[in-house]
Amino acid sequence: MRYIEPHGHMVSRVTDDYEAMVLAGCRAVCEPAFWAGYDRSGPEGFYDYFCQLTDYEPKRAAKFGLPHFTWLCINPKESEDTKLAEEVIALIPQFLDRPNVLGIGEIGLNKNTRNELQILERHIDLAARHDQLILVHTPHLEDKHKGTRLILDAIKADSRIQPGRVIIDHVEEHTIAMVLDAGFWAGITLYPESKTTPARAIDMYEVYGGQRVWLNSACDWGRSDPLAVPKTAVEMRRRGHADETVDQLVFQNPIRFLAQNPRFTVR
Amino acid sequence: MTRQQILDLYFMDARSKLIDIAAFLDRVDRGEGEPDFRLDAFRKALAELHRGEPVRAKSVLMSLSDPTVEPIAKAPGKGAVGAWEMTKSE
Ligand SMILES: [Zn+2]
Repeated sequence: MRYIEPHGHMVSRVTDDYEAMVLAGCRAVCEPAFWAGYDRSGPEGFYDYFCQLTDYEPKRAAKFGLPHFTWLCINPKESEDTKLAEEVIALIPQFLDRPNVLGIGEIGLNKNTRNELQILERHIDLAARHDQLILVHTPHLEDKHKGTRLILDAIKADSRIQPGRVIIDHVEEHTIAMVLDAGFWAGITLYPESKTTPARAIDMYEVYGGQRVWLNSACDWGRSDPLAVPKTAVEMRRRGHADETVDQLVFQNPIRFLAQNPRFTVR
Repeated sequence: MTRQQILDLYFMDARSKLIDIAAFLDRVDRGEGEPDFRLDAFRKALAELHRGEPVRAKSVLMSLSDPTVEPIAKAPGKGAVGAWEMTKSE
């Protein structure tokens, strides 16, 4: 088996996870910038984090021969403080030329506030001005449906952004159709409790089609499983999906989206 | 897949989850004090299982979702609890 992990927060995982992922067939890992589990005290904390994502973490992955890519932004959980968010956004352009940076992400909304929306629009503008791909985080649980609508409206309102260059992540049964119908890519996140199980992810793939869909583990410091994607591939085979179909979903699809940035290459 | 194959693959898993839900509701009944809005939301979402078409997962999720459309003025906190409380809207 071969697969791409298009969304993993490796800074919060142990080195053994890299080894396990490579043994399971992982050919590249992509790490969006996210919330650390606590609020950083100022923009310097984000500067250091961006250095970690663009310098230290790719070296850690390289020890296992695993290409490591990243996405930069200030996450929506810390975007309620718009002054801090503006300062962090001003730091990002100097990192966009680093060789493992794929785009702006994971941006989006958390509690669907006006401030979060304002900072989302600033990130969309940043991506448009620098011709960057976009990776979007949709809110959790009861906030997801409303937040996904607000996010789609905000992106559609900027005519410089092509939907095919945007992935809306963490879709579930009540949001996937609106994402795909609007021409965006959809990410399905496999979590033990919230988000989706392997069985539900495959249901969505079967019902809504898999042309613009990827799977990810979004593994981080919470309950999550860095091997969720290959485990779902095994589940697909149990359901009778052909090896080629599985390969398309877990390997070829993420490459098709990510390779829109020529920096993304897989051996 | 045929319905028979789906049952062979998933019946035991679904049976186990069903009994877990039953035991959870029993546990809540045996508990003390007033429950918050989540219990009502849970019972309301359970009713979505009686739908006669394959839109139950979506309907349960919608039933637990914030139905409002306008962004709110200020974040009440960072987390989400899994159900929406009507009184907490603006
Ligand atoms: Zn994430």
